[in-house]
Amino acid sequence: MNELVAAVPWLGKRNPTAARWLIILVAIAAPFIAWQFGRSWVRILDFALLYMMLALGLNLVVGFAGLLDLGYIAFYAVGAYTFAFLASPHFDVHLPFWVILPLGAAFAALAGVMLGFPVLRLRGDYLAIVTLGFGEIVRIFMLNLNYPVNITNGPQGINMIDPINLFGWDLSRNIRIGEDFTIHSLFLYYYFFLAAVVASIIFIQRLQISRIGRAWAAMRDDELAAKAIGINTRDMKLLAFALGATFGGVAGALFGAFQGFVSPESFSLMESIAVLTMVVFGGMGNLAGAVVGAFVLALLPEILRDVAVPLQQTLFGHVLLDPEVLRMLLLSLAMILMMLLRPAGMIPARARYCHDHHLSHHLNNTPKREAAK
Amino acid sequence: MITLLEARNIGKRFGGLQALSDVSLTIRKGEVYGLIGPNGAGKTTFFNVLTGAYTPDGGEFVFNGSELPSGKPHKVVGRGIARTFQNIRLFRDLTALENVMAGHHIRTRAGIWGVLTQNRFTREEERLTTERAYELLRYVGIERFADVVSKNLSYGDQRRLEIARALATEPQLLALDEPAAGMNATETGQLKQLIQQIRNDGITVMLIEHDVKLVMGLCDRVAVLDFGSKIAEDVPAVVQKDEAVIAAYLGGGKHAN
Amino acid sequence: METLIQQFINGLVIGSVYALIALGYTMVYGILGLINFAHGDVLMVGALVALQTMLFLMGMAPGMSPLVMLAIALAVAMVICMLLGFTMERLAYRRLRNAPRLAPLITAIGVSFLLQTLAMIIWGRNYHTFPQLISTTPLQPIPGVFVTPVQIAIVVVSALLMVGLLLLVNRTRIGRAMRATAENHRVASLMGVDTNAVIALTFVIGAALAAVAGVMFASNYGIAHYGMGFMPGLKAFTAAVLGGIGNLGGAMLGGVVLGLVESFGAGYIEHLTFGFLNSSYQDIFAFIILGLVLIFRPTGLLGERVSDRA
Repeated sequence: MNELVAAVPWLGKRNPTAARWLIILVAIAAPFIAWQFGRSWVRILDFALLYMMLALGLNLVVGFAGLLDLGYIAFYAVGAYTFAFLASPHFDVHLPFWVILPLGAAFAALAGVMLGFPVLRLRGDYLAIVTLGFGEIVRIFMLNLNYPVNITNGPQGINMIDPINLFGWDLSRNIRIGEDFTIHSLFLYYYFFLAAVVASIIFIQRLQISRIGRAWAAMRDDELAAKAIGINTRDMKLLAFALGATFGGVAGALFGAFQGFVSPESFSLMESIAVLTMVVFGGMGNLAGAVVGAFVLALLPEILRDVAVPLQQTLFGHVLLDPEVLRMLLLSLAMILMMLLRPAGMIPARARYCHDHHLSHHLNNTPKREAAK
Repeated sequence: MITLLEARNIGKRFGGLQALSDVSLTIRKGEVYGLIGPNGAGKTTFFNVLTGAYTPDGGEFVFNGSELPSGKPHKVVGRGIARTFQNIRLFRDLTALENVMAGHHIRTRAGIWGVLTQNRFTREEERLTTERAYELLRYVGIERFADVVSKNLSYGDQRRLEIARALATEPQLLALDEPAAGMNATETGQLKQLIQQIRNDGITVMLIEHDVKLVMGLCDRVAVLDFGSKIAEDVPAVVQKDEAVIAAYLGGGKHAN
Repeated sequence: METLIQQFINGLVIGSVYALIALGYTMVYGILGLINFAHGDVLMVGALVALQTMLFLMGMAPGMSPLVMLAIALAVAMVICMLLGFTMERLAYRRLRNAPRLAPLITAIGVSFLLQTLAMIIWGRNYHTFPQLISTTPLQPIPGVFVTPVQIAIVVVSALLMVGLLLLVNRTRIGRAMRATAENHRVASLMGVDTNAVIALTFVIGAALAAVAGVMFASNYGIAHYGMGFMPGLKAFTAAVLGGIGNLGGAMLGGVVLGLVESFGAGYIEHLTFGFLNSSYQDIFAFIILGLVLIFRPTGLLGERVSDRA
C-alpha cells in the first residue's frame, strides 16, 4: 500500500496521508465516473480489476521470484474452465460460488506445482520457453478436448455460466432502490472485484515483508548465495509458482462467472504476454508497479479504441488500424521501449522486505551481546 | 578436544583436472582453523564440496558425528555450517538489514498461513528476526548502515555484512573464504579481532587466507593444500618451517604485507 | 510399409525446414546466449514479402517463368529479412548485451509481437494463398508413396544451404572469427576480431536462412499469414535444444529428428492413445520433446556450445 501511495505523482511524497485518501476515493468513485461515459466503461473497469489480479499474481512469479513464466494465462484458463464445468448447463452441475472458488484456486495451484516441478532447475530463457509451451499445451487441450469425449466443448467454449451468487445475492441482477434508483450489476461486480484486489494487495504486501518475501528476493538476486544461507530454492520456486497460479485461478473463476462464457480464444499466448507487459511496464517486482501497469494497459487500449477509430475515419476516411491491432501495437511497443529505456518500469520503487523501522531506538546504548546463543 | 568436522579422503575432479585428491583433515570445536596454499591448490573447491555446492567424487564429511549430505547446500547450512564467498556474494539490491534477516530464514518457520493471517507466532518470529539482525549488524560494527542498500556499502563493510549474514544462520562452523582480501592493515586487524570474538562466543571458524601474517597470528591450527593434496596440518609455528610447505610457496603465493 | 516411407518423407521435408530455422536460433544463442524470440517471425516476414513480390511480378510480367519469379521473390525476401535481422540486432539487442538476464528475452518477445502486429497491419489478418510455383503434382517413385517436386526442392535446397553454412563456418576466415566470438567475446576482440560485426553477421545469416525457410514453408502448405512464424519458430527452437544449443550440426540433426517425430507421431497418435488424442494435437510433440530433453539431457544430443561470457 505504501508503495502505491508513494507512486501518486506530486502528492505521494509530500503528503502520503492525503495521497492514500485520494487513492481510496478514486477507487470507490471510479465506476461512477466511468458510468458517465457509458455503461461499457464500467465493464471495462471490471476487466481492468481482473487484469490487476493477474498482474499481481504474475508479479509474484516474475518480479519476486525471478521466474519468467510465459504461459501464465494457463492458470487463468484453469480457473475459468473449472468454474464453467461446475456452474453451467454444460455438465449440468451448479455448485455454489463459495465451493467453486476454492476448487478453482486449488486446481490452479496444483497446475502450478505440476508445471513448476520439472522446470525448476532450468535457466531463465529455457524456463520461459517451456512455460510458454505449457500455456500452449493447455490451450490446445482446451481447443481439442471435445472429441471423442466432449469435455471442454472445443472452440465454441462453454456459455451460460452461472453468475456470481454470494449466499443468495446474485451479482448479475441490478438492485432496485425505491422507485428510480438502480444499482447496476456492473457496479456490484466492480466492488466485489475491488474487494478481491484489495485482499490480494494486502496478502502480497504481507508476503513481501516476510521471511518468504525475503527468501524470494534473495533467490532472485543471487541464487547461489541464497542456497548458501540455507534457503531451499526449489521449494521457494514451487511456492512462487503455486501462489502465482492461485491468483490466476481465482481471477479466472471470477472471469468465467462475470463474462458468462469461456472459450480457448481468451487464453492465448497474446494474453500471457499482455499480462507480462503490464508487469514489466509498471515495474517488475513491486506491487504498485503491477497495479498501475495493469490499470494503464487495460484501460489505454480501450480509450484508444474509442478515440482512434473515429479519428482515423475523419483523417483517412476509413480505419487503418483496428482496435485489436492498436492494442497489440501498444503492448509490443510498451514492452520494447520499457526494456530499452526504463527497465525498472514506470514505478521503479524499491520493494521493502522488512517493516519500517526507526533506527534511533536501536542506536541507544544497548550492551554488546553475544553472537552465539 | 571435541572433533567438530572430519573430512575423510575427499576427492573431486573436473574433467581431466584432479582438484582435490584424498584430502583428510580434522577441525576441533572452538578452534580457528586455517586452510592455506598457493593459488589453485583447491582451497575454494574444498569449501564448495564441504558446503554442498559440488558433490565429491570420493570421501565424505562427518560433522558432529554424522555424515553431511552432499550436493545440497541448504541442508548443510541447516546442519550448522555457514560460509562466505571469495568475491562477496551479497544480495545487492537488499539493504544490509534485509541481507542479515534473509540469513535467519533457515532458523524460522512461519509459512504461508502465518503470513496471511499475521498470527502471533509469525509476528513474534518476525520481531525476533529483526532484533537478531540488528544485533548482528552491531556485532560486526555496521549497524548505522542497516537501511543502506548493500551494493552501496564500502568494500570492507560489505565483507563484514557477509559475515553477519552467515552468523544469522546460527552456525556451529563458520567458513570464511579469503575474508581479508583487499583489506589494508587496519582493516585486517579489525577483522582479526572480530574472528577472535566469534570464536570466543563459541563458534568454530575455518578460513581460507593468503595473508600469512593473519593466518599465523590468528589460527590455532593450519592445513596446507598444494595441487589438491594436503601436505601439512599442524600448529602454525610448525607448518611455517615445514620443508614441503616452503617448497610449495616458493615461486607462488603472497606474503605478509 | 508405404505409410512408413511416406511419413518418413514428410518428416524429412518438414524437418529440413525446421533445421534451417534452428540454425538461426542456435547461432545467435551460441554467440549471445539469447533466445531470439523474434526469429520465427522473420520467417513470416520472408514468406509474406516473397508473396508480395510474386504478386507484383505476376501483375507486371505475367509471362515470366515461374522459377525465375520464385528466384527473384526469394532474393527479395532474403534481402529484406537480412535487413530486418540487422536492424533488430542494432536497435534492440545490442543495447542489452550487458543487461540483467531477463531483459533481452523480454525485449525479444516484444520484438516478435511487434513484427506480428506490423504484418497484421500491412497484410491483414487473413490467410493468404501462397502461389506454389514449383509443381505440386505428386510423383510416385514407389507405388503408394507420393513425393511432390516442391518437397524434393525443399530437401535439396536445405541440404545445400546447410553444407554451405558449415563450409563458411569451418573453412573461412570469417567463419573462424564467428567461432572465436562464440567461444569468448572478450578474447576474440583482443585478437582483433570485430565482434560487433560478427554478431551482426550472425543475425543476418540466420535471417537469410529463415527467409528461405519461410518461402519453403509457405510453398509446401500454400498459405501465408501473419501468425505463421510462431509455431515453426518454437518447434525449431526445440530442435536446436534437442540437438545441442550452439551446435550447428546439432541444430540440423535436431530439426530433422523433430520433423520425423512429428510426422510419425501424428500418424500413430490415435493408435497410441486409443483414439483419445488425434492429429490435431501434433503441435504438442515439440513441447513434450522440449520438456523431456531439458529434464533428461539438457545439453542435447550432440552437446551444447555456449560462449564463456566473461
